[in-house]
Amino acid sequence: MRTRSANRFVSLTLALAALALTAPFARAADTPDPAADAKAFQKYFTEKFPKLKPEDFVNGPYSMNEDMHRQWEEKEQFPPYEFALDAGKDMFAKPFKNGKSYADCFPNGGVGVRQNYPYFDEKEGKVITLELALNRCREANGEAPFSYVKDEMASLTAYMAFTSRGKPMDIKIPSDPRALEAYENGKRYFYTRRGQLNFSCATCHVQSPGERIRAEVLAPALGILNAMPIYRSEWSGMGTTSRRFTTCNSQIRGVPLSPQDEEYRDLEYYLSYVSNGLPISGPGARP
Amino acid sequence: MRTLLLIWGCLIASMAPALAASEADFKASYAAAEAAEKEAGQLRNQWTTTEAALAAAKKAAAGGDFDQAVASSKEAEALAKASIFQATSEKERWKDLEIR
Repeated sequence: MRTRSANRFVSLTLALAALALTAPFARAADTPDPAADAKAFQKYFTEKFPKLKPEDFVNGPYSMNEDMHRQWEEKEQFPPYEFALDAGKDMFAKPFKNGKSYADCFPNGGVGVRQNYPYFDEKEGKVITLELALNRCREANGEAPFSYVKDEMASLTAYMAFTSRGKPMDIKIPSDPRALEAYENGKRYFYTRRGQLNFSCATCHVQSPGERIRAEVLAPALGILNAMPIYRSEWSGMGTTSRRFTTCNSQIRGVPLSPQDEEYRDLEYYLSYVSNGLPISGPGARP
Repeated sequence: MRTLLLIWGCLIASMAPALAASEADFKASYAAAEAAEKEAGQLRNQWTTTEAALAAAKKAAAGGDFDQAVASSKEAEALAKASIFQATSEKERWKDLEIR
């Protein structure tokens, strides 16, 4: 009798110990962990493309094979984004009607700060992208906002990216549950299938980078935003991150959201965070 | 004999051309398609093909072709419902693709 009670006691103790040990792991699997995500994300791509150095990923499709890389090197001799870069530099320096300028709206006068965008604004409780910050700067100084997708906005962000070239992406997630929620929303958007073609961002840029979709070589998701804005031959012009997101949605037969809608800003936050440490290479050029 | 007449009647009925759709038929089918597309919009998951089918339905109705207008409306409704299904099923399924 005493032996049976002792056995029961030992069994109960073991069961409780097992519960105590497994419970934290079960919780951990559900708890968002951006640092672990970024590590796993970068590991996935570096293992998929073992010949590439981490910094090569920012060249998108041009990093995927030698022929493409040669094309990129030749393109960089006379880069097609050069006109936008020059225009952006002039626009950035030109004061607004009230005498102030873009430099007054950004830390360090807006020079070499691209790697810190987007950031989570704890006062507003939302993600602020560089494009949004630029238009807010304009509006705060009595100027009309620019289109988020191309032309002037692409020129301005091209210049700002250029001043940050080589600096590692450095996106922070502050200790604020809303920031973590924004990050998680961005992650969900990235992996969610949408449009009649039933594609997610990950379908092309995680499962199939380096593969062709029609004539295009798909870019890896790692470092994909480090090159923004880009000159795309397909567009015959420059385009911003907003343009990239909206056209991706259209291509899979989904109705795009409005540029700078919350989902897109959160997506940019997520994608930029998981590319932390990779250099800014924008403005870029793509086929 | 009665069975034969019944079969004969069914054959004639199936061979007869369907009744042409009316404006009221179009309005009913278009409203159903629009309601489904609105729901897809609330889920932030509309498809360009649904929008195209809705536009085609309106264009056909404006030209007085209510058969085509009803067909396009029904196509739009089916597409909108598929996009709703997609958005609903992806609420959890997106995690299957996540890099961990």
